[in-house]
Amino acid sequence: MHAAGPATRPEAVAPPLLQARRLCFDAGGRRLIDRIDAEIRAHRRTVIMGANGTGKSVLLRLLHGLIRPTAGEVLWQGRPLDRAGRREQSMVFQRPVLLRRSVLANLRFALAVRGVDGPERATREAKAIERARLGDLAKRPARVLSGGEQQRLAVARALACEPRVLFLDEATASLDPASTHAIEELVREAQDSGVTIVLITHDIGQARRLGEDLIFLHAGRVVESGPVADVLGAPRAEATRAWLEGRLHLGPPGHGTS
Amino acid sequence: MTRACICFAIAALMAMGPFGGAAARDEFILVQSTTSTRNSGLFEHVLPLFTAKTGIEVRVVAVGTGQAIRNAANGDGDVLLVHAKDAEEQFVAEGNGEARFDVMYNDFVIVGPPSDPAGVAGMRDAVAALLRIAEAAALFASRGDDSGTHRAEMALWRETGVDVEAASGGWYRETGSGMGTTLNIGTGMGAYVMTDRATWIAFGNKRDYRVAVEGDPRLFNQYGIVLVNPERHPHVKAGPARRFVEWVLSEEGQQAIASFRVDGQQLFFPNAGS
Amino acid sequence: MESFWGILADAMSLILAWDADLIEIIGLSLRVTVTAVAIACAIGLPVGAAVGSFAFPGRTAAAVILNSLMGLPPVVVGLIVYLMLSAAGPLGPLGLLYTPTAMIIAQTVLVTPIVAALTRQVVEDLHREYAEQFSSLQVGPLDRVLALLWDARYSLLTVALAGFGRAVAEVGAVIIVGGNINHVTRMMTTTIALETSKGNLQLALALGVVLLAMALVVNAGVMALRASAVRAAYV
Repeated sequence: MHAAGPATRPEAVAPPLLQARRLCFDAGGRRLIDRIDAEIRAHRRTVIMGANGTGKSVLLRLLHGLIRPTAGEVLWQGRPLDRAGRREQSMVFQRPVLLRRSVLANLRFALAVRGVDGPERATREAKAIERARLGDLAKRPARVLSGGEQQRLAVARALACEPRVLFLDEATASLDPASTHAIEELVREAQDSGVTIVLITHDIGQARRLGEDLIFLHAGRVVESGPVADVLGAPRAEATRAWLEGRLHLGPPGHGTS
Repeated sequence: MTRACICFAIAALMAMGPFGGAAARDEFILVQSTTSTRNSGLFEHVLPLFTAKTGIEVRVVAVGTGQAIRNAANGDGDVLLVHAKDAEEQFVAEGNGEARFDVMYNDFVIVGPPSDPAGVAGMRDAVAALLRIAEAAALFASRGDDSGTHRAEMALWRETGVDVEAASGGWYRETGSGMGTTLNIGTGMGAYVMTDRATWIAFGNKRDYRVAVEGDPRLFNQYGIVLVNPERHPHVKAGPARRFVEWVLSEEGQQAIASFRVDGQQLFFPNAGS
Repeated sequence: MESFWGILADAMSLILAWDADLIEIIGLSLRVTVTAVAIACAIGLPVGAAVGSFAFPGRTAAAVILNSLMGLPPVVVGLIVYLMLSAAGPLGPLGLLYTPTAMIIAQTVLVTPIVAALTRQVVEDLHREYAEQFSSLQVGPLDRVLALLWDARYSLLTVALAGFGRAVAEVGAVIIVGGNINHVTRMMTTTIALETSKGNLQLALALGVVLLAMALVVNAGVMALRASAVRAAYV
């Protein structure tokens, strides 16, 4: 993802997959997202970072259409995001939301909602179970699985819907290193099969491992964006530097991109 | 799967559906009557004889006389069998009933605790006894429910000139309940209670209470029967209901009433046609 | 007065005698109440789930109304149903007054708001957890309600149980619309009221004990079911 601006705009051959235009979002009298312009390029892994409360999750929900912007708009392939566009997106939350049913029934529910049934559904179920390595647990109640297993199921369920974009909102924040690694593998495989990835993380290591593009938020605004290695290696914005050094940055969101 | 739940509910409904089984057998009539007749057990004694003879089932709804008359005036019943002659005659006069007939009588008694705080035990004059209860401000439990018994009691109080409404909540306690409930309450608080003799004899929770006042002609308790007017209420089962009324008033029905006894005592005295 | 224990002992011997009339009364009570609760669930579950999971104008008002209706006095319900079913009332021609069907109607009216109001609460809590995921998956309204009802099934069992408890123990409504007619509409609670008014405290208490035992069995069954559901994290 890049903050839109002549200096950083890549040579686009097609309209960006997902685009935020002067995006604003207010809640409780506060502006949580403040005039964000940004692009997500197809088939890339984009990392969104920033301190707590800077609007990362809100931005993700706006891009996924879970909430409506107060002002501005989200474009999907150059056109306003609508139901059909949202159907081509999946999202995984920090705490997996699993139905009070078996592993298999959780997959089945998501596929049924997407209108997938018959042999196609069975194929996708089997693939998801295998992908999440939950083969022995398919008949088990989903909510007795370990945290890592639950999140693998959530990712596999999201991918079973065959989205073009997969959003992950701190999907590994409460997982141990092995479980985190398993989720990262799933994400990489997904990208290999052509899925565009947008993820929020606080884990710098994970950002380096998984990210290609990075966007850094502060106080509801994009303060810096570019290739992960560049931003993390040579941060230009004071907010980014402060965050990397583990300091609270209370100053205004000065733009470091120009 | 929730559909399964709903299907189950509907299936259960279907299974339970033929509750109309009651309605399917059309040969029954509904009698609106009073708690005193039912609680005494009279109906269990008399009605099977009628059903055996005619094949007509008699269903009894037993409420206070006032409510029984109102229910019947709504057309919810084929026959009215209660004990408040004025109200019954008014019921007929308003066109809700065909005609009213005397069926039987018993009498009211005033029961009280053995300590007899008002000193009325053994009195025959009911009005004088009530006056003495009022003067002693001894507890008195009244039905207070517009029933036949309550109306009879109020008529007696009017003769005493005592304003019981003013005393209500003091020594005069209105239960607003049926005869049995009022007896339970009255015996529980040590109050005098005016009750029909039939209910009293059949009552199972007398404790140490006994009859204090009896034998006054003013304690006479007349029961009447009325066929609900089929012209006013067309769904009334006039045929079988008329058979029931005629049977109750017949020699056979009157005999059945006379032969009903609890603890060897006759509770109701037939007096049809007298 | 006889002692409580004396009456209780007499009551137990009456239960042990277990005659045909007692079985008839208990059977009718169960049939009426189970049917009423089933209908109440068929209406109240979807209504409660809809109010608990959809955003629509007047939703809060609907929730307040449902909660208030939970407190409907049985006697008032009985009176309203009586006025409807009375020969002089709008539904008089159906001839349902003083039948078990009338008692089912009264209990259904009494219990449906309870089922709906408690369902709303349960479903609303669950929906709070599922809402974003459902929105992300674009679950349609019908699928949403059905999924919430199914996933809340063990909690809703308790809801149905609350309705059952209220209905089976209720006397004010059924005695008005049923008339407490021997062998036709005489239920456990109306018999208890009648026997108490006749001063037959032993029999009344015996029936009370039976009622309590039934409630215990049903509750224990549901609790056992719930316990197994808790182990599967289905609650």
